[in-house]
Amino acid sequence: MKKFISFLSMMFISAILFAQDSKIEMADELRNSGKIYVVVTVMLLLFLAFIIYLFTIDKRLKKIEKGK
Amino acid sequence: MMYKSWWKILASVLVLYTVVGGLLIKVPALPILHESIRTVYFHVPMWIGMFIAYLVSVIYSVKYLKSNNINHDLMAIEAVNTGLVFALVGFASGMTWANFTWGDYWPNDPKLNSSAIATLIYLAYVVLRGSLEEEQKRAKISAVYNIFAFPIMVVLIFILPRLTDSLHPGNGGNPAFGTYDLDSNMKLVLYPAMIGWALISTWLMTIRYRIRILENKNNQIN
Repeated sequence: MKKFISFLSMMFISAILFAQDSKIEMADELRNSGKIYVVVTVMLLLFLAFIIYLFTIDKRLKKIEKGK
Repeated sequence: MMYKSWWKILASVLVLYTVVGGLLIKVPALPILHESIRTVYFHVPMWIGMFIAYLVSVIYSVKYLKSNNINHDLMAIEAVNTGLVFALVGFASGMTWANFTWGDYWPNDPKLNSSAIATLIYLAYVVLRGSLEEEQKRAKISAVYNIFAFPIMVVLIFILPRLTDSLHPGNGGNPAFGTYDLDSNMKLVLYPAMIGWALISTWLMTIRYRIRILENKNNQIN
């Protein structure tokens, strides 16, 4: 009986350890709390600024080219 | 084509989509990588941008040798200048990522070393141009150099690392893109990102080229 209980407990412990190993931590909390949208918005703004900047450079260049 | 704006808008839309999709669309949960797998959406397109720039450059070098039109030579140099910027950003992003996943900014990986050599080859192209005074001579010699540099770059970055063991996926028996490493969700973001950044790279080099043309005209008047 003692052997059986220890066997069971060993199984149980190894199962817990196994479960811990297979759990890979991802940023689930960041997503659940919705804070990920802050990151998305900030990055979106940065890239948008970069692209608008490119368009204005393009426009100015066109003006100079036409002036020639 | 160069002055049309539809492909610039397309590039913008694709890159902005990459930012949103790259952060929000589900990625496979892999050990070591965790969420940092999303870096692939920005790191890999930098190298695509570099590749496109060098490709345009070698095409214009061939065109120059055929036509002797100095504008083709100017496109070739500005494409290389753009490609070098993309390579530098590719290195910086890759090194930051490597420090967190591979434990070192510069692990002794064949792909890192060979892309460093390829970048040096293109830096030598810029140095070569700087050392030649006469316009026609400079254009011709650097065009020939560029035609040699391009296949060497392709072999160094895209072929040789695949033949040995590498930390990069797709090399030395590591799982390539297209197997479990990159599931269909990730392709949904990575491929648009590649196209978007290839277009941004093209855009940047055309802007540089147009400025160069204006500079060239100014110099001739004086």
